[in-house]
Amino acid sequence: MRLTIEVNGAARAVDASPWKRLLDVLRDDLRLTGTKEGCGEGECGACTVLLDGEPVNSCLVAAAQCDGRRVTTVEGLARGELLHAVQRQLIACGGAQCGICTPGIAVCAAHLVDRGLVRGLDGPAAGGGEAAARAQVRELLAGNICRCTGYQLIVDAVIAAAREVAAGAPEVAR
Amino acid sequence: MPPVGRSLPRVDGVAKVTGRAQYLDDLDAAGAWHGATVRSAVAHGVLEAIEIDPALGSELGAEICVVTAADIPGKNVIALIEDDQPALVPIGGRVMHCDEPIALVAAPTRAQAFAAARRVRPRIRPLPAVFDVDAALAGAQRLYGDAGDNVFKRFVIRKGHAGDDELEAVFARAAQVIDGRYATSPQEQMYIEPQAMMAAWRDGRCHIVGSMQCPYYVHKAMKPLLGVGGDGVVIAQSVTGGGFGGKEEYPSMLAAHAALLARKAGRAVKMVYDRDEDIAATTKRHPCWIRHRLAVDARGELAAIDIDVVMDGGAYLTLSPVVLSRGVLHAAGPYRCPVVRVRGRVVATNHPPHGAFRGFGAPQTTFAYERQIQKLARARGEDPLALRKRLALRTGDTTATGQRLEASVGTDEVFAALEAVAGAAPVRTGVNRHGAPVRRGRGVCFYFHGAGFTGSGEQRLAARATVAATAHGFEVRSSSAEIGQGSITIFTQIAAAALGVDPALIAVIDPTTSRVPDSGPTVASRTAMVVGGVVDRAARAVRDRLEAWAAGRGMAGALAELARAYVAEAGGELAETVTYEPPAGVAWDDATYTGSAYPVYGWATCLVDVEIDLDTCEVAVLRCVQAVDVGKAINPAIVRGQIDGGTLQALGWALLENVVYRDGKVANANMTNCIVPTFADAPELETILVEVPYPFGPGGAKGVGEIPMDGPAAAVANAVEDALGVACDELPISPEAIAASRPRWSAPMEVLR
Repeated sequence: MRLTIEVNGAARAVDASPWKRLLDVLRDDLRLTGTKEGCGEGECGACTVLLDGEPVNSCLVAAAQCDGRRVTTVEGLARGELLHAVQRQLIACGGAQCGICTPGIAVCAAHLVDRGLVRGLDGPAAGGGEAAARAQVRELLAGNICRCTGYQLIVDAVIAAAREVAAGAPEVAR
Repeated sequence: MPPVGRSLPRVDGVAKVTGRAQYLDDLDAAGAWHGATVRSAVAHGVLEAIEIDPALGSELGAEICVVTAADIPGKNVIALIEDDQPALVPIGGRVMHCDEPIALVAAPTRAQAFAAARRVRPRIRPLPAVFDVDAALAGAQRLYGDAGDNVFKRFVIRKGHAGDDELEAVFARAAQVIDGRYATSPQEQMYIEPQAMMAAWRDGRCHIVGSMQCPYYVHKAMKPLLGVGGDGVVIAQSVTGGGFGGKEEYPSMLAAHAALLARKAGRAVKMVYDRDEDIAATTKRHPCWIRHRLAVDARGELAAIDIDVVMDGGAYLTLSPVVLSRGVLHAAGPYRCPVVRVRGRVVATNHPPHGAFRGFGAPQTTFAYERQIQKLARARGEDPLALRKRLALRTGDTTATGQRLEASVGTDEVFAALEAVAGAAPVRTGVNRHGAPVRRGRGVCFYFHGAGFTGSGEQRLAARATVAATAHGFEVRSSSAEIGQGSITIFTQIAAAALGVDPALIAVIDPTTSRVPDSGPTVASRTAMVVGGVVDRAARAVRDRLEAWAAGRGMAGALAELARAYVAEAGGELAETVTYEPPAGVAWDDATYTGSAYPVYGWATCLVDVEIDLDTCEVAVLRCVQAVDVGKAINPAIVRGQIDGGTLQALGWALLENVVYRDGKVANANMTNCIVPTFADAPELETILVEVPYPFGPGGAKGVGEIPMDGPAAAVANAVEDALGVACDELPISPEAIAASRPRWSAPMEVLR
């Protein structure tokens, strides 16, 4: 089956079985190996990409489902050498260790930050404040497993990135 | 600012957050075939034949390469400590566990290889299998050795008494005896990158690249198997997606398989395990059973400790003796006691081999002793933290092996750090956000972890590392593997500090065996402390030589400029290779198991508050504080990340992780059922770095990778006991286990702290 998928802003044509996993289309056909396979059954989230702007486990999505749609992978987060706020904060806070889960987490966290889904950071502490925002980040990223970090410094990174984006730092506006 | 003690961003950070880091399965392997493994479906038996579907290739529409033990050019062993484990079971040989490798196939695509593996059928005559350690000890089947008890290795440690009668006399005189039995469960490392390896033969040499912790272990194992000398095989590490011990010994098996397939297929062969296969076939943390007796005198001092440790080693010896060794050496805990006996046995069964996992035997024995100390506190009505503080080892005290503690004993500092933030215990009863009634409790614990190899291990290893001044800056060459723990960043900082140059001028090269000296394995909390120390000395030697060379020519300038000038004049680099030298006074006797078991220890305290939903019996960790004496944090963010990660692995082991065996086969071999904590399961981790410098570590640093795995499980058990009044002596403390203990829960108001 001939598919047309917009990957990281560019239209890509692929000949693939309709049943081929999106993960394999990305890794094998398009050689975008930033998206990782950790379990192949939708548990670990290492293969997270955005499909029409929503996070999905690309190991559970068939190629045929992607025809004519938009896919964003970790390779599409940075603009040239300018990293996304989430990527920069993952480095700054120590949120990446072995790094195999990092692309999936970066994609999912960038989605949360860009969509303004991490709320309460500007509100009064009585409204929950940072503790509530941290709990929310944990809930929203619960589909991405990391075995190295204990998650602590990843949560720090996502909160820091959310603050940056909310403050409208110009270099990260998108 | 000096480069040591600063949270330099990790040098592989950009590659990892952008997805550019190349793990094994990301490498361009055009033309490579894919390998798959044919495994045993039974736990014990004799391999009578391997039936290969004659239409194998034509059915799959592809050329298929099949490898059996008959294709092994050298010796059919995975060389490690003993040569008991074959790379592939030979015809007529014994199958020792489920999912043991029997044959290999390679095909142009991964799907074809896995389909082909299903069409190769081992015919195995089953033998009775043994899964129970007591049955194995009773000699139900002969699985290992001639003694009839299947014991791979046993240890006895004695302190302060000559024989058993003397020990029993102390127990007979004791004012109080605490006697407990403990059981801990097997645990899966669950690195997120499954095991992966690729091999190719070029110019008569076998080139192997893959996900691993110890390139030289693989190198050592490949020589006899492939029948080649040291130059006949080159091992390279690809970016490695987590290890935690799981990529210490097992990669040798995978490397053997990839190398054999590549040899027969005449092309590169790549093997990447499926998650299910990885969980089913690779090593786990040893399940362990411990009896622990404490004798206490009338003043409340420990009079004697007697411990019996039994571990299930699984079907082959692998690293079990060393795991047991570390387990028994930590078993008496960081407490003062004049009389100690520790006995340990690791036993063969027909489970897949158990092996290395962060903590390496110490988490099991720590769980037992910290439950015992908790029971002593409850029995005496003494505050659990105060009791630990009162009995704790300090500078000048001696350990169970008679080692006098001299330097970097952070006992008082880790207690003080914990007390400073402990605050009030949680309100004991209440209602959670689902409206369910809850009980809350608090648990604490105190533990230590020996850094570096046990006993004279570091002397035997004699780790080497090289620092070289080149035209482009400075290169660090060691076989230490970056597996996420940050070793290349730490080495960059150590070398930069020693050379007095900007960290940007340092390159830590990949640990390819043809390019780096043997620095020993990436294990045992030794990389920063031992190999980092060697890097430090090598860098200082390079600096001294360069400066002396420049002084002889009346030259001055930045060290990098001097390096360039040197290379231009000498026509080559200036390199120094240095070998580890143990600190003076470290003496160990392997025969009696006495002396300095480790050059130095890390020390830690942990506090856990829990809330138990009385309807679902789930345990939520409300707080987890851990104060760890790390000597010196070379990179505080990286050290913090190590401790946080180890802590959550320990909390997972305590509450929800488990590997379930059914008839010797892993029954939950997938991530859906073999669960590990998610973001939502994890509490906020309150990690406190305490620095009591180790004079022989680089900048004062000592090992830190494993200690956070040791203590938190006991702290959780102590907290649950505090909440419910029920002793939790087995892991995991699952909702099912808590529900089963319901009849024994204390009335809410009766709970004792």
